[in-house]
Amino acid sequence: MTPLSRREFVSAGVAAGAGLVIGFYLPHGSKSANDSGFSPNAYLRITPDNKVTIVVARSEMGQGVRTALPQILAEELDADWKQISIEQAGASTLYGDQSTGGSASIRTTWDPMRKAGATAREMLISAAALTWGVPRSACSASNGAVKHPASGKQSSYGDLCLKAATLPVPTDVPLKAGKDYTIVGQRIARLDTPDKVQGKALFGIDTKIPGMKYAALSRCQTIGGKVTGFDDSEARKVPGVSYVGKVGDSAVAVVADSTWNAMRGCRALKVTWDDGPNKDLNTAAVVGGLKQAAAKKGVSLYSAGDVSKAAGRHISAEYLLPFMAHAPMEPGNCTAHFQGSKCELWAPTQVPQDCRDTVAQMLGLDPDQVKVNVTLMGGGFGRRLEHDYAVEAALVSKAVNAPVKVTWTREDDMRCSTYRPSSLHQLSATVDGSGYPIALSHRIIAPSISGQKGQPGPGGVDPDLSDEAAPLYPVANYSLEYVQTDTPVPLGWMRSVYALQAGFALESFIDELAVGAGKDPLQYRLRLLAKDQDIQYFGNTWHTSRMRGALQLAAEKADWDKPLPAGRHRGIACFGCFASYVAEVVEISMDGNAPKVHRVVAVVDCGQVVNPSILEQQIQGGIVYGLANVLRAQITVDKGRILQGNFDDYAPLRMEEAPAVEVYAVPSSESPSGIGEPSIPPLAPALCSAIYSATKKRIRSLPILSS
Amino acid sequence: MAEFTLHVNGSEKKVDVSPDTPLLWVLRDALELTGTKFGCGAGLCGACTVHVDGEAIRSCLTPVSQIGGKSVTTIEGLSANGLHPLQAAWIAEEVPQCGYCQTGQIMQAAALLAKTPNPTDDQITQAMNGNLCRCGTYERIRKAVHRATNGGAR
Repeated sequence: MTPLSRREFVSAGVAAGAGLVIGFYLPHGSKSANDSGFSPNAYLRITPDNKVTIVVARSEMGQGVRTALPQILAEELDADWKQISIEQAGASTLYGDQSTGGSASIRTTWDPMRKAGATAREMLISAAALTWGVPRSACSASNGAVKHPASGKQSSYGDLCLKAATLPVPTDVPLKAGKDYTIVGQRIARLDTPDKVQGKALFGIDTKIPGMKYAALSRCQTIGGKVTGFDDSEARKVPGVSYVGKVGDSAVAVVADSTWNAMRGCRALKVTWDDGPNKDLNTAAVVGGLKQAAAKKGVSLYSAGDVSKAAGRHISAEYLLPFMAHAPMEPGNCTAHFQGSKCELWAPTQVPQDCRDTVAQMLGLDPDQVKVNVTLMGGGFGRRLEHDYAVEAALVSKAVNAPVKVTWTREDDMRCSTYRPSSLHQLSATVDGSGYPIALSHRIIAPSISGQKGQPGPGGVDPDLSDEAAPLYPVANYSLEYVQTDTPVPLGWMRSVYALQAGFALESFIDELAVGAGKDPLQYRLRLLAKDQDIQYFGNTWHTSRMRGALQLAAEKADWDKPLPAGRHRGIACFGCFASYVAEVVEISMDGNAPKVHRVVAVVDCGQVVNPSILEQQIQGGIVYGLANVLRAQITVDKGRILQGNFDDYAPLRMEEAPAVEVYAVPSSESPSGIGEPSIPPLAPALCSAIYSATKKRIRSLPILSS
Repeated sequence: MAEFTLHVNGSEKKVDVSPDTPLLWVLRDALELTGTKFGCGAGLCGACTVHVDGEAIRSCLTPVSQIGGKSVTTIEGLSANGLHPLQAAWIAEEVPQCGYCQTGQIMQAAALLAKTPNPTDDQITQAMNGNLCRCGTYERIRKAVHRATNGGAR
């Protein structure tokens, strides 16, 4: 029996004959919930028509949350999966933090979702027992019905829900053992697939409401620049253009009767700009800034023993990573309808509450006067953790006093976005006579995403580093240090955030140490992880045994001990982030200086798997996304402007480059942990290890194809 | 502005738009056929792929004035019941993640199968290489194309 605190259940009652309604609180990992009050975040509704509706208060951007979250609840509810339907929650003060990010949706809702399902199940069983006048212990629930085997009586949840709603909410309900799961752990088909293959799925960009106008914006291309004036005489000649006006300090909007006419109007617009303080900024200055900052002392993220006192051979290396752009397939967009004392948004967003609060502030409204409808997203990858699109739409809607959809062009998305920070990593080790580290030091020199947004973490530590840079090897003397730098380049959280960087640097360095020691890189790591040890890092415990287990399974599945055909090479790496452990083996051949990736074996230990098909999607997807990141993704700056503009000069992976990815999960009954991001960090170091094996050349800066 | 009569998904549609308007925006904004997606506006991603007289084209680069009396097919008109063998295969293989590019992928694959009923892996790659997917669904796309050609068996 798992104790259930009162505050997790706020309501169970009949709402105008609506049936059994259970509210429950879903915490978000990184942001603490308000302990002082009830904070429901999603609702289960069972109605007399025998429908079970689960309201999902996380955003669907492709990661399967609209299927996987309901699976967890439906499991404990003993529902019939066929009776489940989904409702997407908008932003609400009723909910806890609704942000979707940090690979956190499953791991932070696992307990409350299960408890909510189990509580409803127990109440439905009680309702049946009372109705039939039999002991509740003689009744059981399965497939959306309660049965009394002795009498053969059976009632559906729909028949029982009104009665159940009159009963007290139990505070202590039994949860199932993993071996009894029939819904969790199954390859249940995603509920959103049919609409997505039939063109019926509505993304933010598909929003159309009566009277809606279309807007495109001319945004300042120089970081930090401003509009000083504009000549709209040509823009207004474009048919259908009805309005031209400034939006904030650094953009001018053109409003028209179609997206195309708005974009045409935008192109005809002549804006004069004040290029501002960054007009001389370029990539070389950014890198120079990182190198300069490296001389500064940072803050300690983790420390064991004393790295300065270790005696032995000293090895060091530096790794450099560029800015990268999220580039989701659906360009930025938002639809807003401002109506004096209220505003409604249709937003493809990972942060409905930020959209609500920021728009309210910009318009001088209370947050509850802003309604946010959360649409499907054509990819997020962290880009839609910003709220810029929502603010633009709201301001333009207010200016023209009509509903407006703002659509970004791909070039807008590439050049006026937020970017994964460029960072520098200094690794050094003191090794013993066998080449194993006695001391290991990792210095992360990077700007802080949260810091730039005015929310620096305590002690000058970017809060993301707590989930994304854990030291995984229990080296006796260990120092992990963070040097915060500043950059005017707008920063955003991009899939796996700092973990890609920390993982690339640490694991590349481990590979260098292994090669220096004349050891096989798998065996070298297994030796470092040989003892079962726990590593405490920012309140989380990392287990060497789980990392080791993932590595061993990856090596087994990839036939690591068997020779490769001529011309094939492979590398291995592992990393832990977002509470999960991933090991990958990458097999390549070289085509001149370019690697061709043929096969990736990925093993993830993410605890209990909720849906193996979605897990496979996320791991395969992360590897394809990550491979584009490390092969050639880089955002460069010249004269304060982003040079890349579309999918030609910032080229995602295409089918011809996509490797076969084999995904395996380490069998586990641990609570589920993240799967959206953890497959990305091991990819680059494993690939670079394979390239080293093929060419004896070390790649210490990304992207690979510019090294 | 000018009036055009288009043949879309088997029916006649009249639209009054600028002649340079790409077919993409006519479909999306004027005809409310939003299954066809805007991704890059430059023919680089394939999210806007539709059929014109059976050929897969990038509707973001095709002005409406060039369509004339040709027959336009979008994802909404690919099959009467939404279960073209490719759509059924896409469901069976659980291809979509975010799903944004998938309608373009399916239209591209449908044009391939119309000409090459049993494509090899290389032929699939060649035909599908212009269609980007940021979620990384390529492996399942390939499986789904094969599945569709084998009547569901693999």
